[in-house]
Amino acid sequence: MMILSGDPPRSRVLSILLVVIILALAATPFLFPGAKAMNVAAQICIFAALVASYDLLLGYTGSVSFAHTMFYGIGSYAIAIALYSMGPVWAAVATGIAVGLPLAALLALAIGLFSLRVAAIFFAMVTLAVASAFQVLASQLSWLTGGEDGRSFQLPELLRPGTVLISKSLIGFELNGRVLTYYLVLIAAATMILCLLRVVNSPFGRVLQAIRENRFRAEALGFRTVFHLTYANCIAALVAAGAGMLNALWLRYAGPDTSLSFTIMLDILLMVVIGGMGTIYGAIIGASIFILAQNYLQALMGAASKAAADAGLPLLPGLLHPDRWLLWLGLLFIASVYFFPTGVVGRLRGAGSAKH
Amino acid sequence: MALTLETRDLTIRFGGHVAVNGVSCTFKPGELTAIVGPNGAGKTTYFNLISGQLRPTAGTIFFDGADITQLSAPLRTRAGLGRAFQLTNLFPNLSVEENVRLAVQAANGTHYDMLRPWMVRRDLIARADEILDRVALGNRRQVTATALSHGDQRKLEVALMIALEPKVFMFDEPTAGMSIDEVPVVLNLIAQLKQDASKIILLVEHKMDVVRSLADRIIVLHNGQLVADGKPAEVIASPIVQEAYLGVAPGRSAA
Repeated sequence: MMILSGDPPRSRVLSILLVVIILALAATPFLFPGAKAMNVAAQICIFAALVASYDLLLGYTGSVSFAHTMFYGIGSYAIAIALYSMGPVWAAVATGIAVGLPLAALLALAIGLFSLRVAAIFFAMVTLAVASAFQVLASQLSWLTGGEDGRSFQLPELLRPGTVLISKSLIGFELNGRVLTYYLVLIAAATMILCLLRVVNSPFGRVLQAIRENRFRAEALGFRTVFHLTYANCIAALVAAGAGMLNALWLRYAGPDTSLSFTIMLDILLMVVIGGMGTIYGAIIGASIFILAQNYLQALMGAASKAAADAGLPLLPGLLHPDRWLLWLGLLFIASVYFFPTGVVGRLRGAGSAKH
Repeated sequence: MALTLETRDLTIRFGGHVAVNGVSCTFKPGELTAIVGPNGAGKTTYFNLISGQLRPTAGTIFFDGADITQLSAPLRTRAGLGRAFQLTNLFPNLSVEENVRLAVQAANGTHYDMLRPWMVRRDLIARADEILDRVALGNRRQVTATALSHGDQRKLEVALMIALEPKVFMFDEPTAGMSIDEVPVVLNLIAQLKQDASKIILLVEHKMDVVRSLADRIIVLHNGQLVADGKPAEVIASPIVQEAYLGVAPGRSAA
């Protein structure tokens, strides 16, 4: 159990759920052919890592940051700009990583040391201000970032959809560059989540929880909490940037809407809360539920609406009309926050321990 | 040079109110000093100044030959100043064992180790359990701190300080609000700590019988000022204490 850092899911239902999600993600290219399914699965992987890194901040240290999409964007743009300007070579990917990660970490370090000394609200405000400034900067520096249009680029040869590694006639399934990219995303995201699980269960991570519980007491024990919080902020930023890089590689594009917008920030918050704060596993559950709902709820409602109309039921066809999907998505979230205030993971663990 | 803790003209003002007013005092190892005084005399504020939760308006604090007046609270703890708080100050939703384990971890200097899972450090867990046994909380390890009775929370508070292995123990009314049968556990513990002649022990306490049985020296604070300092018998008998602290007119004996 050392790969899980001694922090297993601690609930049978949760374990099964996680195994199902992971198996489904691993088998997506075989089980669900087609671009849409693989897109959704890649989004789930990327967001699971991104949300887990946000959970390190919100769930484990109790600090609210609004700059998480900024770090996500730094990762995305680093890869995009490097590949755009250097061409589709591996050296460009390496450059993007070598520039993007340190940049994210340094910025997080500066924000942390500057604002985590004092009350938590100050940190929230500073991150909001910095993130807004960064968003403006990204759209203004259009010679570098492509402005509102963003940057599209080509991937190295090996990762292109046209690159066939093993032909369909050989194994009944075509292993191409796109599938390879998908597994790159999956494995990188899984590695990052396991790293985060290690961090939160390390002696350092335990101090983070102590700070969340009672910062004053943690200080009195001799912990210089500003450094703990700042390092946590840096780790979260690194993983967010890493997720951003995967996002750019997957989309072959980086732009304000896909990597920097505050809509993504809200989505992250919702996924953390739905999955369960302070659990890391919640990120996987939250990202899966949210992104599946975002992508398939509309189609599901369309089918339901049609079925209701065919059955001649009053009112229902209108209520379930696909155009109302955002309304239902919203209601779904309100209900989940209301009924599972500790998130899905908190709920499942609570039910598990109550039985003992 | 022997370990000493000294406050020189220590003063803190909150607006117009002078909570601690020019207190100069030196504490030596092997000596248990009781700090007494009526409510609002500035005892806890004096403690907060020494352990770094408050910064003085004027005056200096020397510890182990160094000026520590500008040091932050965590750095003072690392220097060897241990503090148990008057109002119980724990990690409420963590287990009793985890509360102490964190203090052990701090004392061990394991601050930023993020590569290993915490349970790999069995030494820290074993040490935490040992301390819990000493304060008679060995059977409550897995209970969350909030679920403890008030008396047990006080014991846990003391356990956190012991876990830090400080050079100076600062007890702020360790037995306040405890039931009669729980008090001896804490008093025995303090008596045990006293055996080690290299430690400085400061004790804020209201119960005069406790003070009389444990203290080697008593200092009296009144309205933020140091008004008496000496052997327990002398100080308790002095008119100023009889009047200021015990609220008894001179000539009558205190209970």
